[in-house]
Amino acid sequence: MNDNESKYDIEKIRKAHKVLKEFTYELKPVVKGYNDRTLYINLATLEITIKPVPAEMKKKFIGGKGYDLKLLWDAVGGDTRWDSPENEICIATGPIAGNTNYPGSGKSLVTTISPQTGIPIDSNVGGHFGPYLKFSGFDAMEIQGKSDRDVLIYIDGNQGQVQIMEAPLEATDSHVVAEQLHEMFAANEREKQHVSVVSAGRGSEHAWIGCLNFSYWDKRRKLPRLKQAGRGGIGTVFRNKKIKAMVVKYSGLTGKSNNPVDLETLQKTGLKLHKEIITLDDKQCQMRTIGTAHLVEIMNDYDLLPTKNFRFGSHPEAKNLASWVWKAMFTQNVPDGCWFGCTMSCAHGIDNFELRTGPYKGHKVLVDGPEYETVGGCGSNPAIFDPKAVVEINFYCDTYGLDTISFGTLTGFIMDCYENGILNQERCGGLEMTWGNWEAALEMMHQIARGEKFGLIAGKGIKFMQEYFVKEYGADAQFLKDIGMHGKGLEQSEYQSKESLAQQGGYYLTNKGPQHDEAWLIFMDMVNNQIPTFEKKAEALHYFPMFRTWFGLMGLCKLPWNDVEPADNAKYPEPNKVPEHVQNYVDIYGAITGEKITKEELIRQSERVYNFQRVFNLKMGHGKRVEDHPPYRAMGPVTVEEYESRAERYDKALQEKQNIDPAGKSTEEKIKLLRQYREAQYESLIDAVFKRRGWSSDGVPTVEHLKAIGMDLPDVLALVKQHLPKTQEPVIAKEDARNQPAKAKKPKKTSAKSIKKPAKKGKRSAKSTKTAARPGSKKRARVLQKPKRAKGVTLKAKVKPAAAKSKAKKAKPVKQTKPGKTSRLAKKPKPIKKSKPVRKAKPTKKSGLIKKAKPAKKIKTIKKSKPAGKAKPVKKAKSKKK
Amino acid sequence: MKYLRTFAEKCNGCNICMSVCSQLYFKVDDPEKSAIKVAPTDKNTFTLSVCDQCRRCVAECPSQAIIVNMQGVVLINKALCINCLACVAVCPTSTMMTWRGGLVPFKCIACDACAKQCPTGALKTETKED
Repeated sequence: MNDNESKYDIEKIRKAHKVLKEFTYELKPVVKGYNDRTLYINLATLEITIKPVPAEMKKKFIGGKGYDLKLLWDAVGGDTRWDSPENEICIATGPIAGNTNYPGSGKSLVTTISPQTGIPIDSNVGGHFGPYLKFSGFDAMEIQGKSDRDVLIYIDGNQGQVQIMEAPLEATDSHVVAEQLHEMFAANEREKQHVSVVSAGRGSEHAWIGCLNFSYWDKRRKLPRLKQAGRGGIGTVFRNKKIKAMVVKYSGLTGKSNNPVDLETLQKTGLKLHKEIITLDDKQCQMRTIGTAHLVEIMNDYDLLPTKNFRFGSHPEAKNLASWVWKAMFTQNVPDGCWFGCTMSCAHGIDNFELRTGPYKGHKVLVDGPEYETVGGCGSNPAIFDPKAVVEINFYCDTYGLDTISFGTLTGFIMDCYENGILNQERCGGLEMTWGNWEAALEMMHQIARGEKFGLIAGKGIKFMQEYFVKEYGADAQFLKDIGMHGKGLEQSEYQSKESLAQQGGYYLTNKGPQHDEAWLIFMDMVNNQIPTFEKKAEALHYFPMFRTWFGLMGLCKLPWNDVEPADNAKYPEPNKVPEHVQNYVDIYGAITGEKITKEELIRQSERVYNFQRVFNLKMGHGKRVEDHPPYRAMGPVTVEEYESRAERYDKALQEKQNIDPAGKSTEEKIKLLRQYREAQYESLIDAVFKRRGWSSDGVPTVEHLKAIGMDLPDVLALVKQHLPKTQEPVIAKEDARNQPAKAKKPKKTSAKSIKKPAKKGKRSAKSTKTAARPGSKKRARVLQKPKRAKGVTLKAKVKPAAAKSKAKKAKPVKQTKPGKTSRLAKKPKPIKKSKPVRKAKPTKKSGLIKKAKPAKKIKTIKKSKPAGKAKPVKKAKSKKK
Repeated sequence: MKYLRTFAEKCNGCNICMSVCSQLYFKVDDPEKSAIKVAPTDKNTFTLSVCDQCRRCVAECPSQAIIVNMQGVVLINKALCINCLACVAVCPTSTMMTWRGGLVPFKCIACDACAKQCPTGALKTETKED
């Protein structure tokens, strides 16, 4: 086959199209970063219209995720569910998106009511669709209604045309359909880069963890690349609406496509960052050569790499997943960005990877990544340390349209349940879900894609499985709650938060569930001890989620903010905020839109949307304090095995924090005592954070706060009034008060001091603690996002706020270590040290568990089902087959 | 590959090369729009900066707008350039040029026009092994 010969019968596929609706519109240039209009499509009625963006919407919601949420709010009611016809998928960019000068400016923001959480999810994704949609004339698009047949939506941004057409013959799996459609809609090879495709995959048809793939054409590889809007099941909604794919075509991109008011400042600022990245990246995060996977060994060294369903933070075999392994597998090794002009170029790919399983077995394919989250989720967490297995899981997750984070975290959960006897081969559709059994994990994924057996249960996520296992297998609900790593229904992303109270808040005091989008505070909190008090943690849990929200308003990627830093960053106040880069954002916003803002106004823009999203959760019947709690495994040791793996740390914490002598106490007793303390600490953290955010103690934004920030829309105020106590708790109502750090109710000086050191012991930790202190250094990592919500099952706080107070009072005053000024972390990956022997073979004994732990087996083959009787007897066990 | 070799010790700072270059490609006499830059040093000598055709920019370009011709000269295809300036940032000799308000960068293509006009022989188009 020569280069121009297609693998597919494109003409046949094209001829099968039947245009159901055609719509033409007037082309207009983007002005100062905005079109001021959005596209509305209804798949049931085939209505296609253009909506102008009212001035107030622009002012209050800014763009991107703000626009998405506003459009979604107007479309749904409190009783809308993910599969209700009125639910929408909204895709937006933002005023800065699509510029080619400033790295990281090609992001799309996607929202919907999530099948996993029942509240709005938003996901930030690369690829060319969003920017091309923008230059085709729309700041956002919303898709409502459900089709009764597979359809394709096509937007031609040069002709001013939108079409909805039946698409019966295109493939469903993303790597195939993306290639077919790039080829179909490009007149020649050169035009392929002007096309972008959004698709899901057959896994999205059966699972609730479906993701969307946004493509861009890789001119060097002559293949489409796929970037994922991964979290929260947006792909599931996409396939539920019977959308096979969406295609946008636009040519004519230049550095002036946004019609910026000040091109020179935009170019100058972009060039400065380009140079910084090119000069410093090799010495800092190596995003250009390795990407986010550079974090694997760092996380492992700091005991933060999730292992065995988040029981542990490191593993001796993690070296098999270290950055150098990926670097050796990546091919081409040229700058590889997901949007034009992003010199950070963190996308990497593995060409000609030969698959060992599934429907594409034997095919040689291009695999994107893997990125850190995928390695943590699909590698270390289920204890899969074969890098080729991780790449294959990565490939199939992408092409099936499944979120690698949710898939990885839920696979770890399943393996944990398997080891604990809650599951067995029969219940798992014939799969032996033992730690590290990658073939079984992949076969489970193929079951999801085929919509059969255990795959149908697993694909619905941890929250669903918890309820199912309790109901069907009589599993211990409390134990499952403790080890099920999700919040609000969304699986946690891949960092160990056990020893960082601030990170627990970063994950669970979030709007959409525990993801890495809002606040990544582990290093600030646990390694550098920069935020020892509740007030400081609360301030960080206000500032960083707001700051990071701004990327979502603009259509920006977060990585160029702090995955490279100016060489002299450390000498400025608050280096963890990377002040020079914050100023860059202020400058380029002004350069494109002509609106001069300050860095404080930048936060205010986000705060409006952030609070709006919180109120949106209320609208959907969620969004209160009760849903903001982590599973205990995110906070501390659930089992004897976990406690003993860090016994020294925990014993010391009991002594120093709680004034309890651990000597003579059983591990079970110590677990209980530690848990009481940590849960109380978390309650105090919630108090401090809610206060700082201007929310009531139940987590509802107050009327005064909404007025102060300018998010006082009548329907928003009416809604919060229903949820606020009659005599509203005045939290922080006034403008001035917002700049004051909130004070935690009591333990003024209580701190999470016990966490000040990284888990790793030995020379490295002492030294690294200092070096790592440098905020924004390569050690700093990504983020987490949303707070969890429990649907159906509400989490009971172990310790009530009152109790929390009294406990907290006893805590010792905090001694703050010197923040900042420390040098950067070592640039070169350090060898992974051996893990502590403790964690090796101890059988898990969870408190109050139903059954005894079975030692994990290393069997790698998928065996036939054994009779359920082999598993430890489970209460009310039913040999139910799905 | 073909490239413009410089002999800074022969340069007298007359700036004729910059005039020739900017007039040829931008129709103005403007040093900012010259692909060769002459700058005085504090020792009464001059430095000459011009592209040595190293090709770092070729690998960096996200739209593959920068190509190498048969003679080994690096050229920019303006129709494909999306104006990101990544090539400017990556250039190790700072000789991928931009001008204020310009979108597409520009560079020396070893056309020899300046060398022909140089009164001191400080510029010469030569070839070297890749």
